[in-house]
Amino acid sequence: MYQYDEYDHALVQDRVAQFRRQVERRMSGELTEEQFRPLRLMNGLYLQLHAYMLRIAIPYGTLDSRQMRKLAFIARRYDKGYGHFTTRQNLQFNWPKLEETPDILAELAEVEMHAIQTSGNCIRNVTSDQFAGAAEGEIEDPRIWCEIIRQWSTLHPEFSFLPRKFKIAVTGSEHDRAAVKVHDIGLIMRRDGSGQAGFEVIVGGGLGRTPFIGKTIRKFLPKQDLLSYLEAILRVYNQLGRRDNKYKARIKVTVHEIGAAEFTRLVDEEWAAMGDSSLKLPKPEVDRIARHFEPPAFRALPKASPTTDARMQNDPDFAAWVRHNVSPHKVSGYAIASISLKPIGLPPGDATAEQMDVVADLADEFSFGEIRVTHAQNLVLAHVERDGLPALFDRLAAAGLAASNIGLLSDIIACPGLDYCALANARSIPIAERITERFADRDRLELIGEMQIKISGCINACGHHHVGHIGILGVDRKGEEHYQIQLGGSATEDAALGRILGRGFSANEVVDVVEKIVDTYLDLRTPGEVFIDTYRRVGQDPFKERVYGAA
Amino acid sequence: MDQVVIANRLSDGLVVFLAAAPGAPRGDWKLRLDEASVAAEDARAEELLALSLASARERHEVIEPYLIEVEQTASGLRPTKYREVIRCLGPTVRLDLGKQADSREV
Repeated sequence: MYQYDEYDHALVQDRVAQFRRQVERRMSGELTEEQFRPLRLMNGLYLQLHAYMLRIAIPYGTLDSRQMRKLAFIARRYDKGYGHFTTRQNLQFNWPKLEETPDILAELAEVEMHAIQTSGNCIRNVTSDQFAGAAEGEIEDPRIWCEIIRQWSTLHPEFSFLPRKFKIAVTGSEHDRAAVKVHDIGLIMRRDGSGQAGFEVIVGGGLGRTPFIGKTIRKFLPKQDLLSYLEAILRVYNQLGRRDNKYKARIKVTVHEIGAAEFTRLVDEEWAAMGDSSLKLPKPEVDRIARHFEPPAFRALPKASPTTDARMQNDPDFAAWVRHNVSPHKVSGYAIASISLKPIGLPPGDATAEQMDVVADLADEFSFGEIRVTHAQNLVLAHVERDGLPALFDRLAAAGLAASNIGLLSDIIACPGLDYCALANARSIPIAERITERFADRDRLELIGEMQIKISGCINACGHHHVGHIGILGVDRKGEEHYQIQLGGSATEDAALGRILGRGFSANEVVDVVEKIVDTYLDLRTPGEVFIDTYRRVGQDPFKERVYGAA
Repeated sequence: MDQVVIANRLSDGLVVFLAAAPGAPRGDWKLRLDEASVAAEDARAEELLALSLASARERHEVIEPYLIEVEQTASGLRPTKYREVIRCLGPTVRLDLGKQADSREV
């Protein structure tokens, strides 16, 4: 993975020193909260319901064991012994003290981490496919391009005061695990007719109060033109993006208001005007960054693992874990192991300091010291020898990390909601916990099959409810928590926005409603049909009838 | 309706409540809701709010002070809005954290 050079180190350390002084000035009263707020947000420090919250960047969701141990250390030393992995592949601490935050950032800088680009109206931390560099059929490791975008975008003077925040996601695979179509810019690697690799460029996707699926504005962009083309998009947005209304300031509204065709024309015009002055990526520089993402020293191994196969025969728990949490790897004899952070009845995405240490140790022993964070709030060890899967499973199970539910109904995305978040209108986590308790039975989960439930505690949609197969949105209705249900969303290559089912429900009713929706699907599906396909085939009416009764 | 002033302490962000005798030039910030000064009338609520704003702006002790409605219950003061109840107790999904967890902390 990427290693800092002297410029990166200097930049991050200078930022720590600068923020330390800013905190001192705030504590002494030299700075008012109004003056200080944008400064702390530029360093990922928010104020939440119970305390401050520090959001730490995990660039494109990749970190190494040393960094994970540092997060565990910070959780113990400066926080309350746990952290929360987010839908943007970042990590949040919920209880840091302002006066200790500079020390936390100094600790992070030691292991090449920071909280830059985790807040504010800038190009945010770039996200990617958690299987990058390991997925079968991948065109190229997308993290090379994520890192290039990171270096280009960090403290880019022209893009430090955008109309609103700006999120870019990149995938190198056909199958989209990074929700690229609901980002401000989504990049999917493609090959052109001659076999050359490049990008499909999708613009104007997003969730929040005005959700949109992004529009493809260029079917194929050669790789060396990536930065100049991104720059052209950002320039058009910077000029046209609305600044009169925060809720209409994202690029998705710009694209929607002027139309994708006109937006494309403006970008192409800007791009052409940049001409020779535009940033062409020099090959030696791309090669230099690509070297950081060279595959680890894989061993030559047979494809099958008799040890693992035998254990699967004899141990249904292990077999279930392999079925759901283990994915094929592009190298023979290796597998991708997903670590679910969705145990029954506990907050999605939370990990204790002890669990972080265990994952770091397991990464060292089983996966070349590398860890991934997924936008679905799970972790991944991307390069595990198939022979090592039984031992890995046992160690995960001992640490409470062997939930076998990746992609199943209990693999729920949930924002922190009103248990932590100052913006939330209702709680998300308890709803997720109760749903996983209701659907705890493995046979039933497997019978239901692939199912994505996503829960947000307010219209800002951090829990991605618009793109859940079942989306749940918490609202405040006359001083009570209330939940709206949406059906039919999808966050993958067939991205779609869910449609509201009807009137909402109280917290006590939601789990029953989910069960009715699931039962309707089980009654109506054809053999092997997954929920989203059944929904698309039969439409919303049968679900409505079951949930609300005959009209 | 009874009201108290709630805020976050600047240094560590923890939720605090204002206690100030009527007519006092300044108040103290308490970690326990039960130690807060309760305003039964609007004039007293305005007085508490003014003190809290001075504390925030001049002495930089807290951030974002505001008034919340509370009611007396058998187990003490309780906010009327569920958002503020969660703020005063801690995350409902982690009963081991926040004010609900440890009376020594408050």
